[in-house]
Amino acid sequence: MADARALPGRRLDARLILAGAWLAIVLIAAIFAPLVAPHDPLMQDLMLERLPPFWMPGSEPGFWLGTDSLGRDLLSRLIFGARIALIVAFAAAIAACVVGSTLGLIAGYFGGWPDRIISRIVDIWMAFPPVLFAILLVAVFGTGLMSVIIAIAVIDWTRFCRVIRAEAMSQSRMDYVENARIAGFGRFRIMISEVLSNVLPSIVALLSLEMGIAVIVEAILSFVNLSISSDDPTWGGIIAEGRLSIHQAWWVLVFPLIALFLTVLSFSQFGEGLKSRFDPVLR
Amino acid sequence: MSACLDISNLSARLPSGQRVLRSVSLTVQPGEVRALVGESGAGKSMIGKAVLGVLPPSVRIVEGSIHLEGADLGQLSAKERRRVIGAKAALIPQDPLTALNPSRRVGPQMTDRLIHILGWAADKADRRVRQLLDEVHIREPDRVMRSYPHELSGGMRQRVLIAAAFASEPRLIVADEPTTALDVTVQKQILRLIAQLQQEHGTAILFVTHDLGVVAKISQRVTVLYAGKVVEEADTPALFADPQHAYTRALMAATPKYTDPMASLMPVDDTVLAGLAAEIAVADHDWKPGGGTGRG
Amino acid sequence: MAENLFKVSGLKVALPDMTKKPVIGSAPMVEILKGLDFELPRHSVTGIVGESGSGKSTLGRALVRLIEPSAGKVLFDGRDITHLPETELRPLRRNLQMIFQDPMSSLNPRRTIGAIIAAPLKLNGLGDNISQRVAEALKRVGLPENFAKRYRHELSGGQRQRVGIARALALSPNFVLADEIVSGLDVSTQAQILTLLERLADEMGLTVAFISHDLSVIRRLCRQTIVMRHGEIVEQGPTDALFADPQHAYTRDLIAAIPLPEIDANWLKAG
Repeated sequence: MADARALPGRRLDARLILAGAWLAIVLIAAIFAPLVAPHDPLMQDLMLERLPPFWMPGSEPGFWLGTDSLGRDLLSRLIFGARIALIVAFAAAIAACVVGSTLGLIAGYFGGWPDRIISRIVDIWMAFPPVLFAILLVAVFGTGLMSVIIAIAVIDWTRFCRVIRAEAMSQSRMDYVENARIAGFGRFRIMISEVLSNVLPSIVALLSLEMGIAVIVEAILSFVNLSISSDDPTWGGIIAEGRLSIHQAWWVLVFPLIALFLTVLSFSQFGEGLKSRFDPVLR
Repeated sequence: MSACLDISNLSARLPSGQRVLRSVSLTVQPGEVRALVGESGAGKSMIGKAVLGVLPPSVRIVEGSIHLEGADLGQLSAKERRRVIGAKAALIPQDPLTALNPSRRVGPQMTDRLIHILGWAADKADRRVRQLLDEVHIREPDRVMRSYPHELSGGMRQRVLIAAAFASEPRLIVADEPTTALDVTVQKQILRLIAQLQQEHGTAILFVTHDLGVVAKISQRVTVLYAGKVVEEADTPALFADPQHAYTRALMAATPKYTDPMASLMPVDDTVLAGLAAEIAVADHDWKPGGGTGRG
Repeated sequence: MAENLFKVSGLKVALPDMTKKPVIGSAPMVEILKGLDFELPRHSVTGIVGESGSGKSTLGRALVRLIEPSAGKVLFDGRDITHLPETELRPLRRNLQMIFQDPMSSLNPRRTIGAIIAAPLKLNGLGDNISQRVAEALKRVGLPENFAKRYRHELSGGQRQRVGIARALALSPNFVLADEIVSGLDVSTQAQILTLLERLADEMGLTVAFISHDLSVIRRLCRQTIVMRHGEIVEQGPTDALFADPQHAYTRDLIAAIPLPEIDANWLKAG
């Protein structure tokens, strides 16, 4: 018999702060990479190859996280890699979100034949193994930032479509949607003002989650050398290189993995945190 | 004659510190129907849950005791308590649809308790359930026991649950708004059935309801609850002949009556609510959680 | 001006039965309403009573044209609205309002009460002085002005239903459908809401279709009553006469099944 009118807690929860802080660090590093990075990420110096991180014997001051087998500064490479990771995360996730949510909203709200067509396409789409699909697409479009973004959006719009369709469907059965019809509003206007407004928190959470997924997919594509030209440092590319010298320089593999892990985790936690904090509705 | 159920001075609160039961005392004598009536938030269902040991974990009993057939539930270990409650008490729930598992057939769900909690042999449990289905006038026990819940009508499901409740020969049944989800004609049949079985088996019933009409028809004694506090307790005929508390009178005047439409549906007067708020403030002011056994 | 606001003849509604939908192909249609004839007199509250499965809610939704009838004729204010497309219905909507059963689900959780009441006003060109109009609508149902800033989860059940009434009446409609509007409320709140609706219907000269399962409430509120069962009208007429001398056995059963709040040792045994 809890009081259903109680407001949700307005306390900032820890996961929102921690996730937000990490994402802010990555974002700042990415935007101001040339200013923040201690070295040129591409500058090779074979005198400085495989320097360990700062706390280990044999480290050089100024190379905080050590260097790779070509003597490039790892921290600088990670910072520049963050640029590509975030560009892909934002662009690909937003593209997937716009396409998927629009189709999901239409399918869930209108039902009938639009729903049947859209749902059928989604079913077929999801039957492809996603990573192979991505590799196939990049092979078709050629490598490069743009084609990576397109590949991720083309694969992952279905994730939005399915979730938003289900949410829009349950929203459409609410009396307030019926009431908007009673009031005399048009179908399209009802979809936007009554249904979209109520699925928006889910879209935001999903968008944030998708950004994390995009970072991973980009890393996988880089790992198999299908992403950006190998001149630009990417997290996936660094991981691929680090794998080759795991016994001589483990840090080249471990630090980008940590960055990747924290970023993906932060995106999903940030989305969930935002949803529960800014959603005034108790479900 | 010792009471079948004896709740004494029971107080409970939420983690926020808010009191949800305020020193509630009530007894149910063997073989009688005690109605527990109140509006939403009165705590009537919570009392039923406390008796059956299924309070949500957020509700803490901070004072008072519940004796079921002489056993002090607060003093028993969790395991003992479950055994005593399982053997002596049963529930007729409000919503017959959600009370049954939709993916299992009705028959096994009815015999489950007899076999696994009370340790009956399977064939004995089966015979018992069939006997009870017959008592609730279900003519095709085989078909019903083989059905899934959604294949039965609302009234039929409630009959099944009544049969299941009586099958274990409990001393006490908590009926938690058992007819609220039903149509009015079905409600009458179900009330009649509960009354009939109750008399034949001599079972005591704690009948939780919001409907004074149902109270008048089914119970011998009644407790009126408001905001977790007992505001009036009486023999049912006495309550309707001469309600003592202003809130009871207000509830009666608010209840629709087709025989006297203009004198019913009277909104509850603000002074009555103000009086209740004052009573509760006084009770809370004087109250200190003392001595009670805190059961989580 | 005709005496009746609604004139309904031979009304049938069939809906697809999703429980019987085959794997391939469309679901079979079930007839929910099986040819109803009735009228709703102007400036009067008509009760529609029935148990679950009687089709009373479907009937209500057909009246305000949330569903399209499959056969028959619905005349609203002399105009045939049976098969009007949504676009042509829209101008009529301000006169075809509805109060919902569940005030929780009928209020958009993400809008303030003020925005919810204002939306239909703006749509109908009454956007000037909107805050004043909203305040008036709230005041009419006994809610303070500052409720306009609140959200639905900050209101009690009774207050939500008051908002539902305020919204439905904001445009001074000719017709209001009230679908089980008190079934989720406590007895004391129910009495407040019903007396409010009774007063407003009287003051504003509304024509109301009052759907309920509770004959006691109908007895108090409605001048005429329609008794429904299994998609058909069992009995209809002035409420006084219907209670004084019910013609159909089902009506008598319905009345006899109501547990009155008074001691009657024979009630359980009889019938």
